[in-house]
Amino acid sequence: MAARIRREECMARSDELLKDLGLDVDLHRRIFDAVDRNFRETVLAQKIRPARMAYFDGVIHEAHGGRVREIIERRAAGDKLIGTFCIYVPEEIVLALGAIPVALCGGTSLSIPYAEKLLPRDICPLVKSTVGLALSNTCPYSPIEDLAVGETTCDAKKKTWDLLAKNGDLYVIELPQKKGARDRDLWFEEVCQFKTRLERLTGRTLDPERLAGAVRLMNRKRRALARLNDFRKEANPPLSGLDALVVMQGALLDDAIRFTERLEALNDELEDRVRRGIGVASERAKRIMISGCPSVLGNWKLHALVESAGAIVVCDETCTGSRYYENLVEEDRSGLEAQIAAIADRYLKIECSCFSPNAERIDSILRLAREHRVHGVVQYVLQYCHTYNVEAVAVAAALKDAGVPSLKVVTDYAESDTGQLRLRVDAFLEGLGR
Amino acid sequence: MRTDDVTAPDLFLGLDLGSRTTKIVELAAGAVVGFEVFDTTHDSIEQVRARLDRRDYVRAAATGYGRFLMNAHLDCRVVTEITACAIGTRFVRPQAGLVIDIGGQDSKVILLGNGSGAFADFEMNDRCAAGTGRFLEVMARLLGFGIEEFGRAACEGGEMITLSSMCTVFAESEVISLLAAGRDRASIALGLHGSIADRVYPLAARFDVNGEVLMAGGVALNPCLVDLLSKRLGRPVVVPEHPQIVTAIGAALAANEGVKP
Ligand code: SF4
Ligand code: SF4
Repeated sequence: MAARIRREECMARSDELLKDLGLDVDLHRRIFDAVDRNFRETVLAQKIRPARMAYFDGVIHEAHGGRVREIIERRAAGDKLIGTFCIYVPEEIVLALGAIPVALCGGTSLSIPYAEKLLPRDICPLVKSTVGLALSNTCPYSPIEDLAVGETTCDAKKKTWDLLAKNGDLYVIELPQKKGARDRDLWFEEVCQFKTRLERLTGRTLDPERLAGAVRLMNRKRRALARLNDFRKEANPPLSGLDALVVMQGALLDDAIRFTERLEALNDELEDRVRRGIGVASERAKRIMISGCPSVLGNWKLHALVESAGAIVVCDETCTGSRYYENLVEEDRSGLEAQIAAIADRYLKIECSCFSPNAERIDSILRLAREHRVHGVVQYVLQYCHTYNVEAVAVAAALKDAGVPSLKVVTDYAESDTGQLRLRVDAFLEGLGR
Repeated sequence: MRTDDVTAPDLFLGLDLGSRTTKIVELAAGAVVGFEVFDTTHDSIEQVRARLDRRDYVRAAATGYGRFLMNAHLDCRVVTEITACAIGTRFVRPQAGLVIDIGGQDSKVILLGNGSGAFADFEMNDRCAAGTGRFLEVMARLLGFGIEEFGRAACEGGEMITLSSMCTVFAESEVISLLAAGRDRASIALGLHGSIADRVYPLAARFDVNGEVLMAGGVALNPCLVDLLSKRLGRPVVVPEHPQIVTAIGAALAANEGVKP
């Protein structure tokens, strides 16, 4: 995938591809032109960006172009495309079987009406946007996806899988609700079954050597992401919160090896920037953590608002942030079963609010607030996401005890609440003092 | 109260561009020397500008719904209505620990703290006219009361008729059927006030308050609502002399002081 490509070219070349895939090209243009415009007006409009961000901009530009074409080629060579909707799906196993994991979560409001033909209106916009992309015939991954993998996390997703199961190949992993011994056993079993399902799909047998390789690769990828986020702890961070999101979005879409190599190169540039004292915010800028629901491409308005108000997002405690890159899989296990157990262990450490109790998440938020020296935390809740919304009560109380101011915002993907959101964010920043 | 001729070299202006009314406050030597309240119209920005043209002032700060629009037309500071209301409240009532401001489009509750910031915390109602000044206006008109007499009339209500809906549209049809059923207007009015108090109470009750509870904004002139809120909260709710301009006073103070835009 080339670095940044001129947009006109990129769209022209994609149109043909989308038509070949049988997609609704006009609707696709309508939806993704808006995403694109937003990307230009927020991300690309930023000043003093690291030069090597260009590659990650390219990943986003090529998400419905070059990346799709590349996957079509790999499928022709016998590899499978696995669509995912949650970071609990063990990527190591997918990769070790030569399959390609791609996160299909939607971040655009414009596909939502197509989901509301089927789904009730009062469920979370992430679910509706994702389903809407599939039902409106605008997602280029849908026609080439060999298996979609759902999970039993929140109610909205669980019941949506039931409805979608009719439309094509969908496999649902069962996630426990607690993290006790019995739950660990169940989860280990589930990961084993997932492996069996993928073996059947790919016609390949999971090889311990290849699994060890995939574990090393994913650890390397997560380490590189963690290093990127370490730079955000600097007094004068060398990259913005929006750019961190661009990279995270890449992590969910791009080829793991290439992504990791490019990220390591970006990290070197960031290290150099830190050494030379080049940062993206003023020393006085308020340092903000965003915590809660995922920030998927198309719905980065909160980050854009915070940063356009002169503050900087220095940490994301979300699935498009720390929950994705924290914790590694133990590498020195021998034997397939022990390896899979190590993988299962790592994934069960993810602190999604779907778990109960979930005190570890609060500990992590407090730790991250310290490590990134944040002035305040914005708890970001997607409308109708009950688990994050309710858990926000305990999170706010813990933050208060720790002396960290916090603000909860509930929002959906529409732009209509930008005024109210801005008022809250601006007031929160003013309230953090001078 | 107008003081067009004040041209003090230390005059600071607070402009509160609300969704229903626009407020201008003049501050000189740390005292309010004049204020004006008028309905927000399609060309409020022009109205404000025309008024300012004749005045010699040091600096203005805009707050409220129209703050960015004002800022695009006039060299002024911008401050959120949360911060402005907090600063204004401290000024008019230093003993206050919490302020409730029911505006035309939203209601907010602000906890004043003793930290370095203007306030410690705040809560706002979400995206809906329910529980706002707008709701009161619509219902007053429906019942045939002027907005000033609405609160007084509600105080006379014999019983509190519970309204099942808080949505402006649904409450409207509920009120119409109550009227058709021959129910007493004052009691319906009382019920409507009760439902606003129900909506605002949980926002306020979330905080541990140190000090008095103050009510700001034009709705504070409604005696029934003030009474219901103080009963719900179990403590007196204080209403300052000119509650509508508390936020504009805060903006004027922000123009004067170092609150950054
Ligand atoms: S928030 Fe929970 S359910 Fe949603 S992607 Fe993250 S881990 Fe999965
Ligand atoms: S944001 Fe919340 S409701 Fe939406 S999919 Fe994730 S966990 Fe479910």
